[in-house]
Amino acid sequence: MSLEDPRTIRKLWTGSLVVLALLVLADFWVMRDPHHHAHFGVDGTFGFYSWYGFGVCAVMVLVSKFVVGLILKRKDTFYDD
Amino acid sequence: MTESVGLPPPGIILVLGGLLLPLLRGLGPAVALLLPLLTLGFIWGIPDDLTVTMPFMGQYDLTVLAVSPPTKVFATIFAVMAFAGALFAHPITGLDSERGRRWRVELPAAFVYAGSAICVTFAGDILSLFIFWELMAIGSTTVIWSAGTKAAGRAGYRYALVHFVGGVLLMAGILAKVFALQGAGVADPLALHHFFFGAAGFEGLSFGSGDAAAWLILLGILVNAAAPPLGSWLADAYPEASESGTVFLSAFTTKTAVYVLMLLFAGTQLLIYVGLLMAVYGIVYAILENDMRRILAYSIVNQVGFMVCGIGIGTAMALNGAAAHAFAHIVYKALLLMSAGSVLYMTGKRKCTDLGGLYHSMPITMTCGIIGALAISSFPLTSGFVTKSMINQAAADEHIALAWFTLTAASAGVFLHAGIKFPWFVFFQKDSGLRPPDPPWNMRAAMIFFAAVCILLGVPGLYGPLYAILPFPAAAGETLYAPYTVPHVINQLQLLLFSGLAFFALLPVLKRTLTITLDADWFYRRLFPGVWKHLLRPVVLAFREFFDYLFGHLPQMTKDVVYSPPQEGRMFKEWGLGGAMVVITGFLFVYLVLGYIAA
Repeated sequence: MSLEDPRTIRKLWTGSLVVLALLVLADFWVMRDPHHHAHFGVDGTFGFYSWYGFGVCAVMVLVSKFVVGLILKRKDTFYDD
Repeated sequence: MTESVGLPPPGIILVLGGLLLPLLRGLGPAVALLLPLLTLGFIWGIPDDLTVTMPFMGQYDLTVLAVSPPTKVFATIFAVMAFAGALFAHPITGLDSERGRRWRVELPAAFVYAGSAICVTFAGDILSLFIFWELMAIGSTTVIWSAGTKAAGRAGYRYALVHFVGGVLLMAGILAKVFALQGAGVADPLALHHFFFGAAGFEGLSFGSGDAAAWLILLGILVNAAAPPLGSWLADAYPEASESGTVFLSAFTTKTAVYVLMLLFAGTQLLIYVGLLMAVYGIVYAILENDMRRILAYSIVNQVGFMVCGIGIGTAMALNGAAAHAFAHIVYKALLLMSAGSVLYMTGKRKCTDLGGLYHSMPITMTCGIIGALAISSFPLTSGFVTKSMINQAAADEHIALAWFTLTAASAGVFLHAGIKFPWFVFFQKDSGLRPPDPPWNMRAAMIFFAAVCILLGVPGLYGPLYAILPFPAAAGETLYAPYTVPHVINQLQLLLFSGLAFFALLPVLKRTLTITLDADWFYRRLFPGVWKHLLRPVVLAFREFFDYLFGHLPQMTKDVVYSPPQEGRMFKEWGLGGAMVVITGFLFVYLVLGYIAA
């Protein structure tokens, strides 16, 4: 089994997506736990950490790449004399 | 209170011992491993109420040793770090090899640096704090220079300049405060408690004339904490040091700044926003970066941002979190940089675009790197999970929504930019075809040691000793903080794994390019030199003839008019003196005009 093999990669994707789906469903269990406590309302809702984790990361990547990167990116020889 | 005169603070063992190392020849490397352990023994042997003073300039006493609430946790990890760093830097190829020759400069400098950082944590007055603060700058600059490359020489020079400017700001603030205290008739104006600006004495966002000292001191410390835009020195200089030099550098400067901020500015609201800015800035720049050690350098800023934010929140939970996180951070960040340093040492390559597929031949380096990556991401069962969570918890307890949502976003972003990005691009992604073995035994041992610490600190029940040395330990029978609840573990896994999904879903966008991202160092690397080269210098050159004429003829003309030649011999060099007189007169005239306008 090699990590470069497309079949391995496909298996890894499938396995990961199953784990992610189970994690989202785990909220049914979490929300009944006595330690479950919302401080700001939305943070106690079903699936919050899942969509928030994905959403903010997607936004950060896109803003970095297409806003900050567009303005401030230079060739890495920029400071070489 | 136990008072003692003459006993030096424990960090001095490292400072002086480090300087003696090159004289010990063959014994040096072994002694280098013992000195940090000896220092650690002394740190733990010092009773909490011991104070050591030294007479200074006749009228003052310097308190070179006093224990503050956060002293123990910071001093302990600094000493442990010095040990692991010395192990990683061990000159295995002999003292006369290239690595050995570098060791003879780098390690003494690193020990002066580490020892001074420990002395800062024991400083009982503002002047001894400042002295060791500056000694750190000298030690760390030498660590950068000892890499011996042209790039390191230049980066070290810029690093030194920035830190000396920071030092001047700090000193100016200290003097302003000390003079004000003296004016008010205070007998001990150097005592540290006069500088506890915190929430009570320093309202974060106000800027009255009376706050000038606090502002200068805060700015001076924020330079060292690497808060943007004052912190571009970090990503500029750290990656230019040697593979072992960067490991030392990652630990002390920013975390000493965290210690001092905690002492002087706990509860200063402004720091919440500074911390959040640092956390987000670190992620954005790390996402765009191609140099593996510069990615990790930006993530230092990101992580220190969590601590600075915690200090701004200022509750016992937040300060405990900041101190605990500094402890955990030093270990996993050093571990990540050891992993990156091993790759650099074995391949000579530092860009993600040149690396990849190293999992084939560097299993130990990869495993340790991944453990560091999981710890920085606060994965359950790693050190970050039991430390960083306290800061988030404090933000939630205080209902500071902006802080909580930003810190939670930044926690997800950490996994993205450091937790996955670093291991992925270095050890996996495309196969670069490189097949270097794992590094020599000493580097492997240092990595395994710190990987073990990362995991042990995260195991339920084993983080107790760390919690026990935090600034505000739990009262008997009470729990300081319980990280392992079902919702916390599951929510953290959701946050991180969905961040991972975002990484792989957006992988085409994250593809590495041969680029850098401009930072505030552009001002002193390009703008200021450019203004001189293209604007000021041509002007000066254009007026050269005029100045030549002025300096050449004016003194002679003046002499002819107002000065009769001496009868015998020549008493003065009229020409040089005359030129200087013209310049001084010119300056006086400018001051006069400026003074008149100002009045």
